[in-house]
Amino acid sequence: MNVCVVLMVFAALVVPAGATGVSAVDPAVLEAEARRVEIIDQAKQSVVAVFAATGRGGGSGVVIAPDGLALTNFHVVQPSGHWLKCGMADGRIYDAVLVGLDPTGDVALVQLLGRDDFPCATLGDSDEARPGDWVFAMGNPFLLATNLQPTVTYGILSGTHRYQYPSGTLLEYTDCLQTDAAINPGNSGGPLFDAEGRLIGINGRCSFEKRGRVSVGVGYAVSINQIKNFLGSLASGRVVDHATLGFRASFDDDGRVVVDEILESSDAFRRGLRYGDEIIRFAGRPIDSPNALKNVVGIFPKGWRLPVSYRRDAQRYDTLVRLAALHHESQLWDAVTGPNVKPREGPKPPDKGPDGKDDRGDRSKPEGDTPPRPGELPVMPHGLAKKPKVPEVIQQHYTARRGYANYFFNRRHQERLWQGWTASLGDLDGTAGAWLVAGTTSGGKPFRIELDERGGRIELPSDQIGWTADGDLAGDLAPPHSGGLLPALYLWRRLATAGLDRFGEVHYLGTAPLVGHDGLVDVLVATHGGVTCRFSFDREESRLLALEMFPADDADPCEVYFGDYRVVDGRVVPGTMEVRFGDETYGRFAIESLSFAPDS
Amino acid sequence: MSRPIRAHKEIKWAAALLVCLGTVSAVDWAGPAVARAASRDSLVGVLAELQPKIVKVYGAGGFRGLEAYQSGILISERGHVLTAWSYVLDTDEPTVVLDDGRKFPARLVGADPQLEIAVLKIDASGLAHFDLDEAVDATAGTRVLALSNLFGVAAAGEPVSAQHGVVSVRTRLDARRGTFDTPYHGPVYVIDAMTNNPGAAGGALVTFEGRLVGVLGKELRDARSSTWLNYAVPIGELREPVERILAGHPAADVKPEEQKPARPLTLARLGLVMVPEVLPRTPPYVDLVRGDSPAARAGLKPDDLVVMLNGRLIQSCQALREELARVDRDAAIRLSVMRGPQLLEFTIEGAQP
Repeated sequence: MNVCVVLMVFAALVVPAGATGVSAVDPAVLEAEARRVEIIDQAKQSVVAVFAATGRGGGSGVVIAPDGLALTNFHVVQPSGHWLKCGMADGRIYDAVLVGLDPTGDVALVQLLGRDDFPCATLGDSDEARPGDWVFAMGNPFLLATNLQPTVTYGILSGTHRYQYPSGTLLEYTDCLQTDAAINPGNSGGPLFDAEGRLIGINGRCSFEKRGRVSVGVGYAVSINQIKNFLGSLASGRVVDHATLGFRASFDDDGRVVVDEILESSDAFRRGLRYGDEIIRFAGRPIDSPNALKNVVGIFPKGWRLPVSYRRDAQRYDTLVRLAALHHESQLWDAVTGPNVKPREGPKPPDKGPDGKDDRGDRSKPEGDTPPRPGELPVMPHGLAKKPKVPEVIQQHYTARRGYANYFFNRRHQERLWQGWTASLGDLDGTAGAWLVAGTTSGGKPFRIELDERGGRIELPSDQIGWTADGDLAGDLAPPHSGGLLPALYLWRRLATAGLDRFGEVHYLGTAPLVGHDGLVDVLVATHGGVTCRFSFDREESRLLALEMFPADDADPCEVYFGDYRVVDGRVVPGTMEVRFGDETYGRFAIESLSFAPDS
Repeated sequence: MSRPIRAHKEIKWAAALLVCLGTVSAVDWAGPAVARAASRDSLVGVLAELQPKIVKVYGAGGFRGLEAYQSGILISERGHVLTAWSYVLDTDEPTVVLDDGRKFPARLVGADPQLEIAVLKIDASGLAHFDLDEAVDATAGTRVLALSNLFGVAAAGEPVSAQHGVVSVRTRLDARRGTFDTPYHGPVYVIDAMTNNPGAAGGALVTFEGRLVGVLGKELRDARSSTWLNYAVPIGELREPVERILAGHPAADVKPEEQKPARPLTLARLGLVMVPEVLPRTPPYVDLVRGDSPAARAGLKPDDLVVMLNGRLIQSCQALREELARVDRDAAIRLSVMRGPQLLEFTIEGAQP
C-alpha cells in the first residue's frame, strides 16, 4: 500500500497535471502543482542570464520595468564594466547598460535596451515574508543556461531580517532574507520569488564553509523592500551610499538599547539625542536590540530623514534624524573602480558569543560567479570576441564621470525635473529681472520678498533685511533665526533662471522622503557659493515642494516648504511658504503674488 | 484557497486512519504536498510554534574552524536541554540562549558519548518544550523541517534557521575510520537537505506538522569521496539514554567527599601519563603508557581520550585524578576511551605496578 501511493504521487510529479491515470491523487495536489508550474512559467519571463561583455563570468538578474530596468548584484557587474549581455527566456540576448551601483548593499541597476515592453517581475513586500514561506529562486547557477532558460530551485525562507557582516569589503547584508532554496555561484543577482511569483529579494550570498563553493542550504537575498528604498537613487546613475545615524547603540544592564557613543557633529546630536538615551523606534520599527537598529539603518540610503523615538527620564521624544554617509565618497569610488573586488576569504567576523553583540559566526561571503571547475565557462551563444566593440546603443546610453556609475541617466533626470518645473512656472523668457513674492504672514500682516541676481531683501512687519550674494553664501544667513531664508530663495530663483549648466554643480540625487509628504519625492542637489541646496519635487507634477539650504555639512539647513499650489496667469505657483530652521518654525507665509520682473 | 485547506483536512482524516493501520509513510507524502498547496500558514505557524523550544548553546571553541556554538532543544518545562555532546561543552559553564533572548548559564547533567548527546540544565521554569514521549517515527519519504542555529546565523533572541527536506532513508550509520568518523553506529535518518552545517548539531528534526522525530547530528564527512552526510538520530534511540542521564547515570558531577579509600588508585600506579595540564579543563588525553604497566597490559595507547571511569563521565585530567582518588588501588576499574572515532572499553584488573 505504501509503495503504491508513493509511486502514484511520483507519477503526479512527472505527468502533466490533468493527465489521466492519476485519479488516486487528491485533485488539490494536482491543482497546486499546476498552479506552481504556471507561476514559475510566468516568473521566468522576467529572469535574466547576465554575461560579462568580455565573455568572462556572469550571473543572473531580473527585469522590474517594461523599459528594461533590471536588478542584479554589484559584484556581478563590477568586473564587467559599463555594459553587459543579458539573455532572457525568450531566447534573445539584449545589450544592457549600467545604470546605478550600490557597492555596500551589493545591488546594481542595469537597463536592457531594445524594447519598451520587456516582461517584468511584480515587486512583492518582503516585510510580509515569514520563515516557513515557500519561495523559489531563479537564475543561472554555474552559468548553465546556454539556452537562456533559467534554473529554478525551490525552498523555504529559513529566516528573515538577517544581518550579515561585511566580509572584508564594503558589502554588508542588512535585513536580508535567508533561504534553503539552492543558491549557487551564478545565481548571484537573480530573483527570489515568493510562492505567488512576486519578487521579494535579490540572491547574492551564501554561507560557505569547508564544503566548497556550492550551496549548503544557506543562501541570502537582499530584501526587495531595501531595494525599493534605493531604487530611485540607483536610477540616478550614481554610486549610492548607505547610511549611519551618527551614534552607536548597545544594551545597558537592564537590557535596554541605549546610545553609547554619539558624534557631536551628527544630526542626531543636534536633534537632542545624548549618551544614555533609550532608543525605542526607528523608521517605524520597534528596536529591541542594537543589531535590530543596525539592521534597519542598513536599508536606507544616506541623506534620508527618518523618525527616531527615544526615551529619557521616562519621557518619550519623537524627532526626525538625517542619515549621514556610511563611507567616504573615495571609498565607494575605489570599490567601484578597484581591481575586481570579488571578496572570497573575508576576515572572520568578530568572535561569537551568546550576547548577540558583534558575534555572528557566519562565514558567508558574496559568491563569485566563477564556475567551480575552471575552464568550463559556457560558450557565449553568439560567440563574443575577447574584446568586443562597445555597441552603438550602449554608447548612446553611457556617459563616464567620476562618482557616477553612468552620468547619462543622472543628466537625463536633471533635465526631466528642471524642464518639468520651469514649464509649470510658465514662460520665463524675458523675466530675468527680480522675483517678487508678496503676501501675508501668519499674523495677517503683509510681507514682501525681492530676489535678483545680486541678492535679496525681505520686508517683514517687524523688520526689513537686505542680503547681498557675494562669494560665500553661508557668510550671512539672513534674516536672523531663519537659517538663511534669503540665500535659500536666492538659489531658488537662480536654479530657475540660470538653468542647470550655469547654476553651478547640479546633480539628481534620486528619491527620498520629505516631511509632510506621503511617498517619495524627486531630489535635485545644487551647489553654489559654498552652500548646498536640496530641491524636492513632486514626482508626478514636478512641483517644487521644498528646498533645504545647507550652509555646511554638519549644520542645520534652512528648510522652505511650498504648498497650496494654484494656477495664476498660466503659471503654477505656490500659495503657501513655511520656513523652518532646526527644531523651530521661523514663519508661515501666505503667498498672494509671485511675479517676475522683465529683464533689467 | 479554501479548497486545498478542506482537502488537507480530509487527508488528515485519512492520515489518522492509516496511522491506525500502521502505515504512515504514504500519508506523509500526500499530506504535506497539500500543505504546500495551502500555502504559507501551515509551515509559518509550525515554525513560529517550535521556535521557543529551540535554544542556542555557546561554549568552548572559536578557533581553528571549531565553532564555539551549537544548537539544542528544550525537553522539560524546568529547563533541561538536549544537545550534542561535543567540544563546545568542554567548558565550566556553557551558555544557553532562549528564543526570547534570555541567557542562562547551564550545568551539564550528563552525557552519552556513544550517542553523542548531552543534557544541560538551566535555572528556569515554565518553558515551552518537546515531550520526547510524543516524538514520532519517520520513514523514507517523510517531509521534515530542520531547526538549528547553523553558522550561528541567529543571535540573542533572533529565531534560528529552518530548512526543509525529505527523509531519504532510515538506516544504520556505517561509520568507520576515514568514512564518517563517529562513535555512533546506530540508526539515523538521512536527510536530503544540507542540514548538518557548523552549529547545527543538537537542533531539531520535525515533521511538517511540527512533531519531533530526531536530533541533528554533527558534520560528517567521507574523507575519500569528500561527501557530507546530513543525518539526525531518531528520538526513539534517545529516550532511554536521556532518561538514564536524567536519573544520574552516568553522573557528570563529581560528588563531594564520599568515603575515600585509604590507599587510592593513582595514575602512576596504572602506568598512565596524561597530557600536560595547560588549561583549567585539559581534556584527559593519554600522553604516555608506561611499558608493562596495568594500562599497557589492558591495551591503552597514547592519544586515547578518557571519557568515563567506572561509568562516570570524565571531562578533564583533573577530574580523572579526583575520580581515581575514590577508587581503592586494588579494585578493578572500567575505563572508556575514545580512540579516533571509536569508543573502546577497557577493564584494568587490580592494578599491580
